[in-house]
Parts: sequence; C-alpha cells; structure tokens
Amino acid sequence: MKLLALLAVCATGVLLIYGTVDMPDWGDPHAPASIHVSPRYIEKAMEETAVPNMVTSVLADYRGYDTLGETAVIFTAAMACILLIRRRRK
Amino acid sequence: MISHLEDVIVQTVGRILIPFIQVYGLYVITHGHHSPGGGFQGGVILGASFILLCVAYDINEAKRRMTEKVDTVFCSLGLIIYSGIGVICLVLGGSYLNYSKLYRILPVNPIDARSMGILGIEIGVGITVMAVMISIFLDLASRGEHEEGLE
Repeated sequence: MKLLALLAVCATGVLLIYGTVDMPDWGDPHAPASIHVSPRYIEKAMEETAVPNMVTSVLADYRGYDTLGETAVIFTAAMACILLIRRRRK
Repeated sequence: MISHLEDVIVQTVGRILIPFIQVYGLYVITHGHHSPGGGFQGGVILGASFILLCVAYDINEAKRRMTEKVDTVFCSLGLIIYSGIGVICLVLGGSYLNYSKLYRILPVNPIDARSMGILGIEIGVGITVMAVMISIFLDLASRGEHEEGLE
C-alpha cells in the first residue's frame, strides 16, 4: 500500500514537471501574462491615478476590491485569535 | 512564572528607538505612493514598535498605552475606513471603490482624487494591520490572559 502511494506521488510529480516544460520563459515579453493587462498598467498607471509607484496603484486601485478582501482576512485572523485563545478574567 | 527582568540596556534602547520606529512606520504608510511600502508594511512596522515595548518593559506597560478595547476598536476601524471610502464613492455616483468620484468632495481633479483615495485606504489598512499584530501578539504571548506574558 505504501509502495502504491509512493508510485502515485512520483507519477504526479513527473506529470507536474512535464507540465512546466510548456511554460513560458522567465520574464518572456510574449508570455500570455505579459501581453494582456500588464502593458496597459505600465503605460497608463501614472496618467490615470497620479501615483508614481505602479505596484501601489495596481494593489489599491485597479485591484482595490482584492485588497479589501485581504484586509478582511487579517481582521478575521484577529477575531479568530480573540475567540479561541483569549480568556476572560472575572 | 519567572520573575520580571528589568534590563536597563534593553529598556533604554527601546525607549530611544520606539519613537523613531513609529515615525518610520507612519512614513512608510503615507509615502507608499512614491516608494516601496504601503498600508501592510507600515502597519507591521507600527505593530513591531509596540511589540518592542512589550519585550523591553512588560505587557501591563503596553496595555497602559493601548488597552484591549481600543485595540479591538482599531481592528475594525481600519476596515470601516476602507469600506467606508468605497461606500462614499458609491454615494457620489461612481462604482464601489472608484476613487475618481471623490473629486466632488475634495478640492482636487479626478485623477489626483484617485491618489487621495489610495492614501485613504492605505491608512485604513495600516490601522487594521497594526491593531491585529498587537492583538495576536498579546494573545499568543500571554496565553490569552493578557496578564503575565513574557516575564
């Protein structure tokens, strides 16, 4: 049974490595990720948001809803810690 | 419990460093437009300055500066600022979190209004991250009792 599990893990690993062969090169300008929205952000971020730091403008403006969710996740972590760990003293 | 250690070197260094760390945290939050940084990073730096206070002195000293209640209120306040700015944009006729509509209540043009909106939400994120760091640290360091941690 353990041998079967090992074989399954190895087969999955080989498949995943085989999948990476088709991936675009690191920093390839013709990769799908670099030709869709990235050029627009790079060209228009400054004139649309007046923020020189492109990362901030993407994080807080173009992807503002996502950052709202991230903040909610952090808030939820604090609430979970309070509920699980904090002990009320009388 | 081990008795509380009063280390004069750690306390003096902490007392000198904490104001500078906090000013730097505020700088990282408000200068996130122009340099690496933003709400998350600045909030963590502010929270770390408070954790240094807990380590150098003790938890009661830190709780004297920021009580449990204030800390929990800050946790929610940042998120309220963030979503509140989104709702203000909605009320002013844009879509949710579309900061350019803020130009109707701010004395700037729509493009600079986006910059202002980003600053507003960064401040909200910073407040939440700082309060959450302090809250989780106090809970974990004192086993949830907020009485005798790290002594």
